[in-house]
Amino acid sequence: MQRLITFFTCLFFLTVPVMSAKAQPVSNEPAPNGEATTNGAASELSAPKQELPALVEELKGKSTTKKIETIRAIAATKSMRAGPILEAYLNGKLFKKKTDGTIVIIQKDGQGLLLSDPYSGKSLGTSPKNKYKKIRVNNRLRGVIRSVLGSLQLRHPDRLKRLTAAAAMFKSHNPKSIPFLRSALKAETDEDVKKRMREALAAAQLSGTNAQAQMLAIKVLENRGDKPALTLLQSATRQGASAEVKERAETAVRRIEKTLAYWEIGQTIFYGLSLGSVLLLAAIGLDITFGVMGVINMAHGEMIMIGAYTTFVVQEVIRTTAPALFDISLLIALPLAFMIAGSIGVAMERGIIRFLYGRPLETLLATWGISLVLQQAVRSIFGPTNQEVGNPSWMSGSFELGQLVITNNRLWIMLFALAVLFALMAVLKYTSFGLRMRAVTQNRSMAGSMGIRTGWVDALTFGLGSGVAGIAGVALSQIDNVSPNLGQAYIVDSFMVVVFGGVGNLWGTLVGAVTLGVFNKFLEPAVGAVLGKILVLVLIILFIQKRPRGLFAQKGRTVEQ
Amino acid sequence: MKSLKQLALGAIAAAALLGPTWSTDALAGSHSKKETIKVGVLHSLSGTMAISETTLKDVMLMLIEEQNKKGGLLGRKLEAVVVDPASNWPLFAEKARELISKSKVDAVFGCWTSVSRKSVLPVFKELNNILFYPVQYEGEESERNVFYTGAAPNQQAIPAVDYLMSEDGGSVKRWVLAGTDYVYPRTTNKILKAYLLAKGVKEEDIMVNYTPFGHADWQTIVASIKKFASEGKKTGVVSTINGDANVPFYKELANQGIKAEDIPVVAFSVGEEELAGIDTKPLVGHLAAWNYFQSVDAPGNAAFIKKWKAFTKDAKRVSNDPMEAHYIGFKMWVKAVEKAGTTDTDKVIDALVGIEVPNLTGGISVMAKNHHITKPVLIGEIQDDGQFDVVWKTKGLVAGDAWSDFLPGSKDLISDWTKPVSCGNYNTKDKKCLGAAMAK
Repeated sequence: MQRLITFFTCLFFLTVPVMSAKAQPVSNEPAPNGEATTNGAASELSAPKQELPALVEELKGKSTTKKIETIRAIAATKSMRAGPILEAYLNGKLFKKKTDGTIVIIQKDGQGLLLSDPYSGKSLGTSPKNKYKKIRVNNRLRGVIRSVLGSLQLRHPDRLKRLTAAAAMFKSHNPKSIPFLRSALKAETDEDVKKRMREALAAAQLSGTNAQAQMLAIKVLENRGDKPALTLLQSATRQGASAEVKERAETAVRRIEKTLAYWEIGQTIFYGLSLGSVLLLAAIGLDITFGVMGVINMAHGEMIMIGAYTTFVVQEVIRTTAPALFDISLLIALPLAFMIAGSIGVAMERGIIRFLYGRPLETLLATWGISLVLQQAVRSIFGPTNQEVGNPSWMSGSFELGQLVITNNRLWIMLFALAVLFALMAVLKYTSFGLRMRAVTQNRSMAGSMGIRTGWVDALTFGLGSGVAGIAGVALSQIDNVSPNLGQAYIVDSFMVVVFGGVGNLWGTLVGAVTLGVFNKFLEPAVGAVLGKILVLVLIILFIQKRPRGLFAQKGRTVEQ
Repeated sequence: MKSLKQLALGAIAAAALLGPTWSTDALAGSHSKKETIKVGVLHSLSGTMAISETTLKDVMLMLIEEQNKKGGLLGRKLEAVVVDPASNWPLFAEKARELISKSKVDAVFGCWTSVSRKSVLPVFKELNNILFYPVQYEGEESERNVFYTGAAPNQQAIPAVDYLMSEDGGSVKRWVLAGTDYVYPRTTNKILKAYLLAKGVKEEDIMVNYTPFGHADWQTIVASIKKFASEGKKTGVVSTINGDANVPFYKELANQGIKAEDIPVVAFSVGEEELAGIDTKPLVGHLAAWNYFQSVDAPGNAAFIKKWKAFTKDAKRVSNDPMEAHYIGFKMWVKAVEKAGTTDTDKVIDALVGIEVPNLTGGISVMAKNHHITKPVLIGEIQDDGQFDVVWKTKGLVAGDAWSDFLPGSKDLISDWTKPVSCGNYNTKDKKCLGAAMAK
């Protein structure tokens, strides 16, 4: 179906003379006033210049098939406004007034709606929300609009628009668009865009019937070497114009498949590292409270949750007071989350845990009770439903590195996890607080007799661990739900990592987290997510049987205490 | 696994904390006002399911308050008895028993997960009481004491697949059935797979994938969906992913750049409440199939939303499909009690069949003999404001079918709780009622 549509689309562009966006002056069509109730028949009668408003009116209709025709006709009007109107329609910004059906383009602005006239682009002021109804667009129409826009914008002055246009043309790979792509390619100066256009051209040629052009196209696609190129080449092995082409396509397919297999392993490793970094973030704080202090802290997950909720609150405040700061909301949330989670940690230690040192079972129950209290408290304050934490622009989307798809948020979280780990190591190693902390955990009575206030060191250590968990919450809010249950999802994983890596050893935590992450991601495609998780747990149990102290066991006298 | 044990422990502790306050409340009520008719509300207010179920408790309180303003029922006031089963399945059974035996409620509105419903079933049968179950479920069940006001598979899953197969839906030829690993997705996917095979879809064009509850790391699965979709045929994803796992799933979809027009995802468990936690701009065009959307333009719906926002004192509160199911269920129960003139369980059960109540989307829902109701099926597209825009709906209302026509075991079964059949699993071939023999 889609091919048929694109076929028609391109047909349109072959019948109308190729137009350049720059060459056409802005056509000043009359803006429709209130009584714009034209129908299809009227549009046929009117002169070509007036067609656009009439055609746009047709978009209000119900039939998708009819709308597709209309979209193609709009593109064929040669009007400068056809592109912006279709783009608005694609993004759901084309509205009609409920009372008289006037069509407007609406941009959402923080408080109200900014209206503009679709035919002149002039602003029409603002309006309250409920007076307009969106003109409906569905997935089938979006596909059509995108490919129509592709051909419209192949010569757009904006480089990014040309890139998307070339990508859309690659996707539709219609042989009818070959001359069109050729002429666009000639006029193109940017190397990146040129490359994309050449690939789009090759894709179109491969779908054509010219054996010679197909041979050249196969070469271009082979160099592109990604999954979509592979799919095209695979179809060429069946439908190539000559036996020679088919054979050439087959070698190309084999070569791409081979390299893609390597890339796939690379991709899985990236996924594994990314999962590992999430595990690491969740576990670092626990490595302090559980690993260094020996407190079985079941409320650790809730500290992560509190960090995530801090991010939510910070973003809410920013949204209402200073929307411009949104992109740095996470940076603002970081110190706040550390302080809030940290002070709750200190309060917990001073209020409850310090009376329970040396009684692990009671500590477990007490901290677990605290975790329930914290969860229910958050539930009562913020409600049981998920809260929306937005991704700043620099954390959304993805980019390609060779054939690897690297998602930005995962990459940042990876870097962030490492930064937190090394910062924490530096604190432990080079600051006087770190020195005292190590002294107290290694030999409490000796540290006490040297004049260290062991009680306060305990409280601050616990606060540090909790604060780090809070920081982790800020990062995890970017990839997970922000709900009162957030912490529960991570507590088991955190303990798993700390125990596996070796209690009280930050390097062990790093290696443990990354090993588990990569291992999990290699298992997942093979045995499925459910069984994969079980297998990991089983393997850890077996591993702990063999090495009860984990990967990096602490050695020396202090261990036995 | 560890997390389950924890969950169970947590639930017990939470129940211990919350339980007494609620039940004493209820007891105090029963002493002072003997005249009230009691309605049980059995929804988790803590634990993992609180995210979805708390809202349903609020709706019930609103409906009961509203009914009392109208003068109550049979000249008596209604009284809500709220208990918290804390997302703990065995506790659901205990709390149900407490509601019926101790608080003497006349009907219970409650449960969300299928496992919680299965857990309370024996209690309702033993103590002969009425349960209204408001959530879409996998079917393959029909009990005399339960009224299913949510969708059966033929009222949600099958029409959604039909839509994706149609030209407007994108003529999908290749299918990914992704779900959370428990009974509802497994049964639904079994039905869907049988349906797709019957429609001529090849076995190799169907990919089934299950993930654990609360699955947070979707990178490999989304990548494998992408790979599955790149084989040249139009691919669609049918998602029965439940609860919290949806947010990271959709976030990953958006980040890996999967657009709705390339690979549309139609979800059966994602409603307005679930979307409240996501930035939906990258998700515009993905779909959900329900019997109700907040955005439906109907006078009854507008009035309901207005009341709901006033009741919760929160202008941002959204309404969703299970809320409408409770709305319909409650109105049906009120009508049936009025018709029967008593709250006696057996009489109300008999009176309920055939009761008609206007639903919120502008139609009239009827309680059928199999204790399922008629509903319209709507396909909504996610919008950038977290709401759904209806892109397709069935011509009329669809009657709920308890026993799927696409599973070998249930093809010949029907459910009819009126005389002379009075059976939840009557085999039309053998003309025999299987009774409790196959309940398990």
